[in-house]
Amino acid sequence: MPDAAFQPRIVAFFCNWCTYTAADLAGVSRFKYAPNVRVVRLMCSGRVDPQFILSAFSQGADGVLIGGCHIGDCHYSEGNLKTLRRFQMLRRLLRGLGIDERRLRLEWISAAEGDKVRVIVNEMTEQLRALGPLGLPGRFEEWDREAGRTEAEAAGSEAREEAAHA
Amino acid sequence: MNAGAGTEIRTGFYICHCGQNIAGVVDCPAVAEYVARLPSVVVSRDYKYMCSDPGQELIKQDIREHNLNRIVVASCSPLLHEHTFRHAVEAGGLNPFLFQMVNIREHDSWVHTDHAAATEKAKALAYAAVRRVRFHTALETKRVSVHPDVLVVGGGIAGIHASLTLANAGKKVFLVEREPSIGGHMAKFDKTFPTLDCAACILTPKMSAVGAHENITLWSYSEVVKVEGYVGNYQVTVKRKPRYVNEELCIGCQECIRACVYKEAKFPDEFNVGMGKRKPIYIPFPQAVPQVVVIDPARCLQVKSGKCKQTCVEACADRRAIDFTQREELVQIKVGNIIVTTGFKLFDAKRIPQYGYGVYPNVVTSIELERLVTSSGPTGGELLLRDGRTPQSVAFILCVGSRDYRTNRWCSRTCCMHSMKLAQLVREHTGADVTVFYLDIRAPGKGCEEFYDKSLKDGIQFVRGRVAEVTDWAVTPEEEGKLVIRAEDTLAGLVRRIPVDMIVLAVGMEPQSDAQDLRRLFNMSCGTEGWFLEKHPKLAPVSTFTDGVFIAGCCQGPKDIPDSIAQAGAAAAEAMALIDRGYIEQEPNTAYVVEEDCSGCKSCIPICPYTAITFDEAKAKACINPALCKGCGTCVAACPSGSIRQHLFEDEEIMSEIEGVLSHA
Repeated sequence: MPDAAFQPRIVAFFCNWCTYTAADLAGVSRFKYAPNVRVVRLMCSGRVDPQFILSAFSQGADGVLIGGCHIGDCHYSEGNLKTLRRFQMLRRLLRGLGIDERRLRLEWISAAEGDKVRVIVNEMTEQLRALGPLGLPGRFEEWDREAGRTEAEAAGSEAREEAAHA
Repeated sequence: MNAGAGTEIRTGFYICHCGQNIAGVVDCPAVAEYVARLPSVVVSRDYKYMCSDPGQELIKQDIREHNLNRIVVASCSPLLHEHTFRHAVEAGGLNPFLFQMVNIREHDSWVHTDHAAATEKAKALAYAAVRRVRFHTALETKRVSVHPDVLVVGGGIAGIHASLTLANAGKKVFLVEREPSIGGHMAKFDKTFPTLDCAACILTPKMSAVGAHENITLWSYSEVVKVEGYVGNYQVTVKRKPRYVNEELCIGCQECIRACVYKEAKFPDEFNVGMGKRKPIYIPFPQAVPQVVVIDPARCLQVKSGKCKQTCVEACADRRAIDFTQREELVQIKVGNIIVTTGFKLFDAKRIPQYGYGVYPNVVTSIELERLVTSSGPTGGELLLRDGRTPQSVAFILCVGSRDYRTNRWCSRTCCMHSMKLAQLVREHTGADVTVFYLDIRAPGKGCEEFYDKSLKDGIQFVRGRVAEVTDWAVTPEEEGKLVIRAEDTLAGLVRRIPVDMIVLAVGMEPQSDAQDLRRLFNMSCGTEGWFLEKHPKLAPVSTFTDGVFIAGCCQGPKDIPDSIAQAGAAAAEAMALIDRGYIEQEPNTAYVVEEDCSGCKSCIPICPYTAITFDEAKAKACINPALCKGCGTCVAACPSGSIRQHLFEDEEIMSEIEGVLSHA
């Protein structure tokens, strides 16, 4: 059963011209949506470095949303095509890392589609709630502890061996 | 004053209540208190209206008193007030880019209902900005000169007015119109509401002024096909379609039209919306500007087959204006600003089949009626039924293709008034009984309510209800030979059948069918309905998201003639503001290469859509031309060695923002 009290954390990268403006429009139109999203404004979705996404996940994001202009409508003519390419590569990479693909989402939202911001954020929040926390920082700590224990064990056995040889 | 490396970071944080807009949902004092405890924060305040003079004064004063070197303001969208606060920061003696804005209104208080969650979100966003701003550096804006010429696209009343305003101020204007003449929809009107003054009498002088103005280059029968460059420096390619008549040589005597081998005009005439006839060589309408004939390539025997006696050429004689060798021509121009006034198209009444347009000959659209009552129209201003009788009764159906979920949801704004005007003209011309079927009468303009009053007093009947259908199936003797309207009269609460001779469909306005192509051409946005999107509905109603591209008239949304003209004037003034200043300040968000780190892999070069990146063979490094870079940052994200960076969007700035929004629990 998904934990209803779990509040997923979504980091969103929105391009200045379409999706950020759409989110502004959602505000002006007073559309209500889940407060789980935190928007980082970039000039173009093409600026989204894969490292930003990995870094967001590693620091506790449960989902990452990239928003750009529709294909053919990019303010910089083709930045969103580059985003699309990177996004597909990243999804494969995430799968390899054992991160559910649904945690990374790419959406084309034009400046006029304020309501789409509401729909997507709500949908993604519910989906992430069903998936449960990703909790990478916690897992990193666990792995660190495990690695620490293994090291300590290795060091211990080495010490014992040395003592035996002495 | 600029904080360099090693200088202690001293941040001032300000959260705006925006009256109750933010404070009604977000606990602003709590956010200010939270931020006050963050490292590097020296001052943290909440204030009712940060954008007000006292609010901005607060920032300036604090910069001086507390020796602040970073400023963060949490308020509305940076797209609205980033400039305001940057100016305040600058006025306080700090570089304006040592500033970061947090959007807690559009992205927080206005979209969330849970006060606690919204306050937490505000804290997280504020924390992220306080972290981010530490990495900000002092930047200089770049100035680019503005080419003084302007391109106006579309020669309807909006385009005409914008062109004349600019030209009268001494600016050179290129006016490009797709049709053979300027004038647009207004040229087809008989009279205008609510004054009932003659449309041609007010439009024609303006059209002639365009044609004669030394500062206006009028290219009719032409289309913009390519736009490159940026505000102040656009390179535009215009396609000039062959009209097979030399514009310089033709004097508009129309001898050629009389001489055409087609003795009778037999082809449907666009200006009279297909109700009149013209020849393959024609002048769109008597007052056309330019006064130059045009040859329709789809109809002209010579163009189609090359086998014509060319009586037109004979008639033109030594003027030699007719030129069958004309070919499509591409012309390049440079302009600093572009005003798009491409207008609208009328709703196709056939899309609502129950109204019988195209089936019953006496069902006409409002624009057809307009041509039928005007003295320059196909009937010389005599309003007749198709069988030649004078109508005894005429009905208008409003909101055809407007305010209807099945077609278009918007109100086309002008049809109520337009129909009432036509109703008065119908009564004037024929004395017929007029009934108007309406949903709501919308008469908000100056003098419009009074016009509605006058219509009521003049005996025009108004029935409230959406018409269900139009039929010729008579059930009573008085319905014989008439068209019957079936509609619910929602005020009387009964379904009525009303027999009439003629039905006028008040068709609404729609975006041009190629609005999406135009939008891409000029790098604009469209609303979901397809109208061009203004930058801000109130504060920037004629600007678009692309600097130096303005919109006016019905391409932005349905409006009447006075509003179109007002917008056209506003767009001209906006363009003039840029021209007269002579330069624009560009956001310093360009990308740059850190040469020590560049491996010379060249992967960035094909990525740039503006060819701003070149390869310096001597150094074996990539090199970015800041004049060409538009600051999208795509190359920054693609650089495998991290040697391309972007001002205002540095990796560490974005990373610290990510870290910030996530580390606040």
